[in-house]
Amino acid sequence: MSDKLNELLADAGKRRYSADELAFMAAAFRENMFTVLHERGTGHWGGSASSAELTTCLYFDRLNIDPKNPRWEDRDRFVLSKGHASVNLYTVLAARGFFPQEDVHSFRKLGSYLQGHPAMNKIPGVDMSTGALGHGISVAVGMALASKLSGKNYKTYVMTGEGCLNEGQSWEALMFAAKEKVENLVLLVDYNKVQLDGTEDEIMPLEPLKEKLEAFGWLVNDEKYDGNNTADILKSFEWLDSTPNVPKCVIYDTIKGKGVDFSEGKNTWHGAVIDDEHYEVGIKQLRKDKEEKEARL
Amino acid sequence: MSMAMREAFGKHMAAIGKDHPEMVVLDADVSSSTKSALFGKAFPERFFNVGVAEGNLAGVAAGLSTCGYHPVINAFAIFLSLKSTDQIRNDMCYNSLPCVIAGAYGGLSDSFDGASHQAIEDIAIFRSLPNMEVIVPSDAHQAELALDYALTRKNPVYIRLNRNAMPDIDTDRDTFMAGKAIKMRDGKDITIAANGITASYAMEAAEELSKVGIEAEVFSVPFIKPLDAETLFASAEKTGRLLTVEEHLLAGGFASSLAEVAFRRGLNAKVDNIAFEDKFGETGPYIDLLAKYGISKENIVERAKALIK
Repeated sequence: MSDKLNELLADAGKRRYSADELAFMAAAFRENMFTVLHERGTGHWGGSASSAELTTCLYFDRLNIDPKNPRWEDRDRFVLSKGHASVNLYTVLAARGFFPQEDVHSFRKLGSYLQGHPAMNKIPGVDMSTGALGHGISVAVGMALASKLSGKNYKTYVMTGEGCLNEGQSWEALMFAAKEKVENLVLLVDYNKVQLDGTEDEIMPLEPLKEKLEAFGWLVNDEKYDGNNTADILKSFEWLDSTPNVPKCVIYDTIKGKGVDFSEGKNTWHGAVIDDEHYEVGIKQLRKDKEEKEARL
Repeated sequence: MSMAMREAFGKHMAAIGKDHPEMVVLDADVSSSTKSALFGKAFPERFFNVGVAEGNLAGVAAGLSTCGYHPVINAFAIFLSLKSTDQIRNDMCYNSLPCVIAGAYGGLSDSFDGASHQAIEDIAIFRSLPNMEVIVPSDAHQAELALDYALTRKNPVYIRLNRNAMPDIDTDRDTFMAGKAIKMRDGKDITIAANGITASYAMEAAEELSKVGIEAEVFSVPFIKPLDAETLFASAEKTGRLLTVEEHLLAGGFASSLAEVAFRRGLNAKVDNIAFEDKFGETGPYIDLLAKYGISKENIVERAKALIK
């Protein structure tokens, strides 16, 4: 863990970070995720690398949360519907102060609280257990309804990949949210266009995704956002703040397996074990990327 | 004969809604059948109709539940137990969330709609899920008590409701709330344990048996999980015979759950079970259909006599 990263993490919740700072943090988290997955020989690299900037920006710029009080009733909620990106969520939660960062190395060990997929009763900061794809939007709609019923008006964010949007339940939830005109609800699509078995086009084409979501009654971003670019993500947050309080979706273009040349855009790296040989190659690239981003600060 | 169980349940939700501000009710476009519309009319802001989408129904309820609400999801038992199982398991049970799953039209009670609408495997499914409790009320009053009980719990509770009216039985509130088997009749010759509508049939059969000098001890057993097997086994070992009656497949149901306990504990009694064998139901008038599938006073009498021979 670099001094610069520790210095930045100490400011969490106290000030806004710049896009460059968030980019550096995400790069450092991605490096850590790669190492943990290599050490443990299990877990999902492709989708975790894909959403590293998004989760970083959420937890370090967007969510109103208190790591000292993970079950704070007024907190914003986040549901990682693509629960297989658990190592990404755990790395960011630990960095944000929900639990010790060294614990992430126990990921998926027998006896560890860091379960294979997010588990809300075991892991501080996890608002909903996920893993079975397609559940997250429904749960988030329930949380958003509760926000309104209780008058607390916290915000609920849910992140899906393509897999979740293959599931019929997601579309049931999208229809229902529009019917109820649910407020303070945001769907973030980590749109890396690659699934487990192949590309989205090969497995289950979602296009035209924006038009489909709009037809289901959601407000969707017109401007394209690069979900691996923190400046773009911050711009998308401005879009969220400047648009009406209706069910909203941001589609982020991302790259599965981002940051390592042999894994980018490859379905084979959805959940493959990172062996020593690949680790040596990949970690050099991730460290270089992190160092370049640090140099920009 | 009391009012139909589903109606009693709907009325009770509406009646206690004021005292339970945490209660929210969700239905899947069957609220006029399940009678959850009665709650919806009384508390429109706490009632959600999600349309014909049982997976979303359970997921939305789980989300509400994580934020301090106590949802009741009300839909047909068959569709809750099959179309929402993934959400009930992974969202409600895995996280042990306070949620009530109220399955209307349990058993064969949606008789005219036929096999596609008859829930004959719901108990097997729900009782297999960790953190879930399973209640099969035997009359309208027990259905109300089941809701009262479920709202005190911090975990999911499945309540299997019947579409139709059935005779009232005398239930002590404290015994029910403690999850105990409820003794309806004392006897020395055979123990009959039943739930749902079969409890009333068991009572009728006991009166018939009494005429030929056989005194049956009859229990209504609303709680399948947790299961008060010890009360039933103590009675069975006293009488020497145990006959179970249920409106469910033999596989995974009430008798099956007792067998799991008996397998380890041992049970010094002769046993027989009235339950559906490995086949689907069919269309017909409810009472006639039940009789065809073995649930009738006459069949209970016959099977009890056979056990005593």
